[in-house]
Amino acid sequence: MSMSAKEYKQFAKNREPGRSVLSNCVRAFLAGGAICLIGQGVQEFYKAAFNMPTQKAGDPTVATMILLSVILTSLGVYDKIAQWAGAGSAVPVTGFANSMSSAAIEHRSEGLVLGVGANMFKLAGSVIVFGVVAAFFVGIAHWLFGGAGR
Amino acid sequence: MQYLWAFLVGGAICIIGQLLFDVAKLTPAHTMATLVVAGAVLDGLGLYEPLINFAGAGATVPITSFGNALVHGALTELKEDGWIGVLTGIFKVTSAGVSAAIIFSFLAALVVKPKG
Amino acid sequence: MKQGERTWAFPNPPIILAAGTVVGPDEGEGPLSADFDLVHPDMELQQPSWEKAERALLEQATDIAISNAQLKKDDIEYFVGGDLLNQIISSTFAARTIGAPYIGVFGACSTSMETLALASLMVASGAGDKVLAGTSSHNCTVEKQFRYPTEYGSQKPPTAQYTVTGAGAAVVAREGDGPKVTAATIGKVVDLGIKDPFNMGAAMAPAAVDTIQAHLQDTGREPGYYDLIVTGDLAGVGHPIARELLLRNGVPLQQTTFNDCGLMIYDVAKQKVQAGGSGCACSAVVTYGHLLKRMKKGELKRILVAATGALLSPLSFQQGESIPCIAHAVSIEA
Repeated sequence: MSMSAKEYKQFAKNREPGRSVLSNCVRAFLAGGAICLIGQGVQEFYKAAFNMPTQKAGDPTVATMILLSVILTSLGVYDKIAQWAGAGSAVPVTGFANSMSSAAIEHRSEGLVLGVGANMFKLAGSVIVFGVVAAFFVGIAHWLFGGAGR
Repeated sequence: MQYLWAFLVGGAICIIGQLLFDVAKLTPAHTMATLVVAGAVLDGLGLYEPLINFAGAGATVPITSFGNALVHGALTELKEDGWIGVLTGIFKVTSAGVSAAIIFSFLAALVVKPKG
Repeated sequence: MKQGERTWAFPNPPIILAAGTVVGPDEGEGPLSADFDLVHPDMELQQPSWEKAERALLEQATDIAISNAQLKKDDIEYFVGGDLLNQIISSTFAARTIGAPYIGVFGACSTSMETLALASLMVASGAGDKVLAGTSSHNCTVEKQFRYPTEYGSQKPPTAQYTVTGAGAAVVAREGDGPKVTAATIGKVVDLGIKDPFNMGAAMAPAAVDTIQAHLQDTGREPGYYDLIVTGDLAGVGHPIARELLLRNGVPLQQTTFNDCGLMIYDVAKQKVQAGGSGCACSAVVTYGHLLKRMKKGELKRILVAATGALLSPLSFQQGESIPCIAHAVSIEA
């Protein structure tokens, strides 16, 4: 091979088809916005139907969005939406639910304990770990620098 | 009116995610971890709650809100119980979300097979 | 038998008695669907898991190859097989069913020509007769093992490739009626530092170039000796890179047609396959299904198939390694 690794990496990079960043962002915006719109609608429904204050309506709203996402994942539809929507379907909490339910469904063939149980957090694990660790440090920082919570 | 802001803010947060995918070339896992940490830090600075008041579901639906909720729980318990509250409070607010995800995913695995 | 640095030139070329090819629905919607022996309408094949479905594909392909060769399972003296799954379980469990002495190999997507080369060597050296070479891949097993659960919503970049669901097998023998394997060039591991597992075409192209050049040098042939030179699965990103590199290195590629199985198996414009096909079955089914049929019709007299493989694992990638690749080339003549 007459090219060095460094030269080849540049050579390959120049010939890599570009990602259509602009159209991907537009689609992510539309899809993400739409999912948030649905979330807003669900929240308003809970507030009206159960006479809940906004704060309290948050929990059933999240649970409902998660249920919707698990249903779409189970129907085999979420991954098709995602190829179009990109971050628009991955960033909302529906993406989180999709990552867990898709892993659980996929690994059912290895049994409930070692398959479903052990693999459910394959993708979502990073989110939970980093979220908790970050929250810990933020909490400690508040404690040390006298925010004393709120 | 909040519907409009929910759409715009939610969409904007997703654009940030898409840029992390396409420009920073991060994997979905890296991107979500980044956004969660961002949400946690923003709540630590007291900036995420105002966004929620303003944009409603546009701020509570994206994964950044998960980071916010983790910090929120920690800080609420910190005020009540002192430093141990940081540990006891982390999952308080997010319990509904995490529990729902686990339960529904498990049930789904019992009922359906992957379709490829 | 050894010619040059790493080519086996067979003085009494082994014969490909017959082949068998089985594919899934996406390949059935592609331009070559009529050339495959069996096209399945779904990916499950009525099996309880993707892995069991892939195994069924390989078992069916080997069954068809054996029956097309007018032989019985007991006539097969050796089975050389490989696939992409951990511990190459598709091949192992198919070998259990076939019952012949078994050699399992891992060459990723270069397995088709790796197994054909080994089977031909065994026949040519007198180690055996009626040797079966086969390989398989399945879109869902590969996604599950190397990337994400199949229902996970991840957006694939345009450089990504689509793993072929299918299996291809061939029976190689000392005598009979069929195209001959005249030479095989064994690849070296080539790694020019590409780390992106979603751009395997660019990672594999240098390996293809290295093996094709070694083959031409060892045999003293020029590209024009062949009616067609195909790479296994460089697809839309890797294949133009390989073409450019070969031309830059002074190889007169213009003397012949240079194509790629990953670009042939799908209608890349219409089907949602990003850069094109990949997987062990890609080069296997295109070669054994489509190319051998064209040779039988007299449209092609001499072909060189350079199957390309990316030898990474999810772990090696996570540990920050780049992607080492390999290509094995086999020349088949009518």
